[in-house]
Amino acid sequence: MASKKFLYINRRPPHGSIYAHESLEVVLIGAAFEQDVTLAFIDDGVYQLMQNQDTGGVGLKNFAPTFRALGDYDVNQIYVEQESLELRGLSKDDLIPLTYEDEDDDWAEKDSIHVVSSAELADIIEQQDVILNF
Amino acid sequence: MKFAILVNEGPYTHQASDSAYHFTEALLRAGHEIVRVFFYHDGVNNGTRLSVPPQDDRNISERWSALAQQHDVELILCVAAAQRRGLLDDDEAKRAGKDSNNIAEGFQISGLGQLIDAGIQADRLIAFGD
Repeated sequence: MASKKFLYINRRPPHGSIYAHESLEVVLIGAAFEQDVTLAFIDDGVYQLMQNQDTGGVGLKNFAPTFRALGDYDVNQIYVEQESLELRGLSKDDLIPLTYEDEDDDWAEKDSIHVVSSAELADIIEQQDVILNF
Repeated sequence: MKFAILVNEGPYTHQASDSAYHFTEALLRAGHEIVRVFFYHDGVNNGTRLSVPPQDDRNISERWSALAQQHDVELILCVAAAQRRGLLDDDEAKRAGKDSNNIAEGFQISGLGQLIDAGIQADRLIAFGD
């Protein structure tokens, strides 16, 4: 069966509810199915990728380091909405640097994260077969 | 058409489970095929057999069970989400050393792979929740 294009849209902050954490669990399991996987981070979802998260004070598991493993799972199309970053006074430099090794380019290390406009993200959403919205 | 249904919210607190039920029932009535109903996040709480709502209210888990029995619909609770929230079948209860299972008739516990598989198999995956 031909692979489908799966998009996971992350809209919520990393903590305060379990959606972000359980979304990442779906992405990791889904990676084993050899589908075309894309992640999008919009609204407060951009906070999920913030560097230097420390959940010690609230006693919750800090799952942010797991994002670094995505490249090894061939999950390397990660789009962050520019408008969402700007509204929160953030830029790409505030985000965990996620990379992957491109097997089609002599295993060169490349950025997985692409900051895109809302309009560009709309085009990306339009191309998908299955959208899971967390 | 082949549909897969994802239920992301628990019963009673949120309308998502009711809407998912009505939608699934309408699909079956219209002759569509249901690949699977997958319960995730607090949605796994729809699968408890220990819910005792007032008599003049709907019984959400029994209603799903009846649908599964009448139409042979697969109702799957995500194992990781279910374990966190205390939804256990016989095997899981034994493995975790708990004194009882609490899964309603017609529900099964399985992995997240069943959600991805549903997305692959179905023509449409419809999610219910915020």
